[in-house]
Amino acid sequence: MSLIEVNNLGVQFQTQDGLVYAVNGINFALDRGQTLGIVGESGSGKSQSVLAMMGLLASNGKATGQALYKGQDLLAMRPAELNKIRGNRVAMIFQDPMTSLNPYLTVERQMTEVLQFHKGLDRKAARARSVQLLDAVKIPEAARRITMYPHEFSGGMRQRVMIAMALLCEPEVLIADEPTTALDVTVQAQIIALLRDLQRDFGTAIIMITHDLGVVAGLCDEVMVLYGGRVMEQGSADSIFYGASHPYTVGLLGAIPRLDADDEALVAIPGAPPNMARLPKGCPFSERCTLADDQCRDVMPALLPASHNPAVFRACHRSSEAVAELAAKGAVHA
Amino acid sequence: MRDAAQPILSVRDLKVHFKIKSGGAWPWSAARTLKAVDGISFDIHAGETLGVVGESGCGKSTLARAVLNLIPATAGSIVWMGQEMTSASSQAWLAARADIQMIFQDPLASLDPRMTIAQIIAEPLRTHRPRMPEAEVMLRVKAMMGRVGLMPQQINRYPHEFSGGQCQRIGIARALILEPKLIICDEPVSALDVSIQAQIINLLKALQKSMGLALIFIAHDLAVVKHISDRILVMYLGHEMEVAKKKALYAAPRHPYTQALLSAIPIPDPALERKKVIQLLQGDLPSPMSPPSGCVFRTRCPVAIARCAEEIPPLRRLDDQTEAACLLA
Amino acid sequence: MLFKNKDKQDQLVAALGRAVESAAADIQGRSPWADARGRFLRNKAAVFSLCLLTLITVCCVVGPWLLPNAFDAADWDAMSLPPMLKGWHFFGTDESGRDLLVRSLVGGRVSLLVGFLATLSAVTLGIVWGATAGFIGGRVDAFMMRVVDMMYAVPYLLIAILMVTILGRAFYLVVITITVFSWMDMARVVRGQTLSLRSKEFIEAARALGVPTRRIIFQHIVPNLLGIVVIYTTVTVPAVILVESVLSFLGLGIQEPMTSWGVLIHDGASVMEVSSWMLLFPAGLLSLTLYCFNYIGDGLRDALDPKER
Repeated sequence: MSLIEVNNLGVQFQTQDGLVYAVNGINFALDRGQTLGIVGESGSGKSQSVLAMMGLLASNGKATGQALYKGQDLLAMRPAELNKIRGNRVAMIFQDPMTSLNPYLTVERQMTEVLQFHKGLDRKAARARSVQLLDAVKIPEAARRITMYPHEFSGGMRQRVMIAMALLCEPEVLIADEPTTALDVTVQAQIIALLRDLQRDFGTAIIMITHDLGVVAGLCDEVMVLYGGRVMEQGSADSIFYGASHPYTVGLLGAIPRLDADDEALVAIPGAPPNMARLPKGCPFSERCTLADDQCRDVMPALLPASHNPAVFRACHRSSEAVAELAAKGAVHA
Repeated sequence: MRDAAQPILSVRDLKVHFKIKSGGAWPWSAARTLKAVDGISFDIHAGETLGVVGESGCGKSTLARAVLNLIPATAGSIVWMGQEMTSASSQAWLAARADIQMIFQDPLASLDPRMTIAQIIAEPLRTHRPRMPEAEVMLRVKAMMGRVGLMPQQINRYPHEFSGGQCQRIGIARALILEPKLIICDEPVSALDVSIQAQIINLLKALQKSMGLALIFIAHDLAVVKHISDRILVMYLGHEMEVAKKKALYAAPRHPYTQALLSAIPIPDPALERKKVIQLLQGDLPSPMSPPSGCVFRTRCPVAIARCAEEIPPLRRLDDQTEAACLLA
Repeated sequence: MLFKNKDKQDQLVAALGRAVESAAADIQGRSPWADARGRFLRNKAAVFSLCLLTLITVCCVVGPWLLPNAFDAADWDAMSLPPMLKGWHFFGTDESGRDLLVRSLVGGRVSLLVGFLATLSAVTLGIVWGATAGFIGGRVDAFMMRVVDMMYAVPYLLIAILMVTILGRAFYLVVITITVFSWMDMARVVRGQTLSLRSKEFIEAARALGVPTRRIIFQHIVPNLLGIVVIYTTVTVPAVILVESVLSFLGLGIQEPMTSWGVLIHDGASVMEVSSWMLLFPAGLLSLTLYCFNYIGDGLRDALDPKER
């Protein structure tokens, strides 16, 4: 039995403009020590899918499908049961550490609170364990700093504090929602290195949500590419980066400015991010895809194993060969 | 007739210091100085792009605003088209502003939400060429919209009806409508999705070529500036660390900070990433109110020596491609 | 045909490159005001209040001309009559036999007029003061705000009594007195909004373009202030009407035989045990008007809420 198994996860929001299907048909399985990277741009639904798993959706949101943690469905649990798992077995870190930490409480209070609630430790034991973890995430002078307030830490250090808080109960799964987007690139490198070390030392499974394919390349074993709330392509990191078989993945890889590329022009994907309230009937990427035809716009492509590699799943009417040609041509210019 | 070798903009030893009163102190207590920009020098020639790169707090945005006199410079000189601007009158600045324009980081926030994009794009024309007939103004606005990839029929729409990328195109149209000589781009793509970033970067490059613009492209991402810059200036805590031609900087960075920055950028290639050895910088960014003595980077530098604390290393020309401010370069 | 000279137009179009006169017509945009208006109209309480307020205003303006009784016609045969249909005395009469309905409507004219005029002056003064202080900033701002603080500290009733004693009772005096003590809230609010607008990127963009300061204030800052100004105006009007009523209640406001709701309430309060209608009708009208303003203000605040954008 996998540690985490997600089957046909969907998220809908009831809005003024009608029912918005933010996420549709997410499937994945995660075991100990594995890392899954969920990649997408704005409107792809990447954050909403994990928020649904953790029961953190907004009040007008509804999750469908299953999110199994060791066989138990997180989506079907009552809040009291979910609370025993959240923060304890499955922990989450967010994008902006300033707004995710309570500015009115010291770091010590916030950390010991977690231990007191989940592990029933008393204040002294909780404090000792908190300092231990702050050391593990390489916060200098942890014993002195633990009494400080969040605003007294720099951005990178606050994110480390968040990671330390997430690891207090030695969770089996760590969900990181764009943890380094708001940080400088040198600090980002430190945080990614830290996550890698922690994974090696504790065997935590990590779900990393990001729009930065570079971060994914450095950290993740499996990659899922989302667009317009649906999975476009899913597979091992090597197969996605070296053998992308979906036009969106090809476009994304071509659009990223990369240090190792030689001065070529960036391949831009034409058009604009999807309007989730008004998606086409068929493939959400069809409006911007150079290989799209009427079938793409009217009929939703199913997520099926690829012909060139059954371990890769892709949702596209065009064949893998046609997409490979597109990649070779370095097609689209906007 | 323009002398091609003469720079259009020459900045020498520019300093921008802010006086910060610590909250709660007596009204007469001395204010502390925040040295946002502390001695930056560079030249820009017609048609070239200078990328200015640095992390948060390095002063690059302040530098951009000081060059345009949106924030007054504390010291140093700014020479635009041969004219010294730091002591210039507001009329001289007004004339200069027709030729130096700016594009901002947050595309939606830089547009007045209560004005139509026709009014927004036409505003420079109305300010600098008030006698232009209305019909001509509208024609120029529509032509510019077409050039930046917007549909001219959208002319009466409001900013909130557009996506982020389209708003940035509106900002670019507004900056270009006077056909300036220099555009300062303050992190123009940081707030945009990756697929849209590429569109905007390609657009800027194409427009630069067709209109002969010089660009100062400010970013925090060295990978982004690689695609658009001829030369790159690396800033740290208000000081220049390295200025080099693009190929030289990326192939053989001379300053330890540049080396650390380059090694830290993640590459979307799993094999390369796994093999990569990152030079991790220790510590945190020092406060700009109390920068370290000598070289400001020494507190985090992996190769700092004792002498680095004693003297501020000047920006030395190492060869015809690179200048670096490091005693050990 | 945009130009009189077709050649010139052809030249310009050619010079500007692509064919700009496209076949498709220009699309009309959806301004933020239109969005707000839509949201306001969906707010039933606000729309109902607006209609009710309009009805009251129309009645007060037009009513006295349509009704047969004059507001100052004393009828000694009809003193202190309760509300009845005979003689068009729908609200009854007061001790001098004057018809209360007409007096209420005429009083409404005065109260609403004072409310409108005093609010207009207070709002104008407040906007000018607040926008200037906010935009200039620094010491000028500090000085101007201290003036506001001092005005808050002055007890307005004492000043009102002083002014009435020295200058006598007149309509314009009431308006001035009320204005002088009602502009400070608007000034504070406008200054705060101006301060926050000043640091917005589109203002910085305007400065970078070289737009002169005066144009920035009128073209960029003021239109973005109007939202909050409108909201606070609907809060100021009831406050002003109340202040006028209080002044009149204390005998410092409108002079006889002209009347206002405050005067009527004063008169009605003194005989309320005997002729309760003399208090209830004017007080009811005043309360109704104030409720309407409150609901309209709430509706405007929700409609113009930037989060909704």
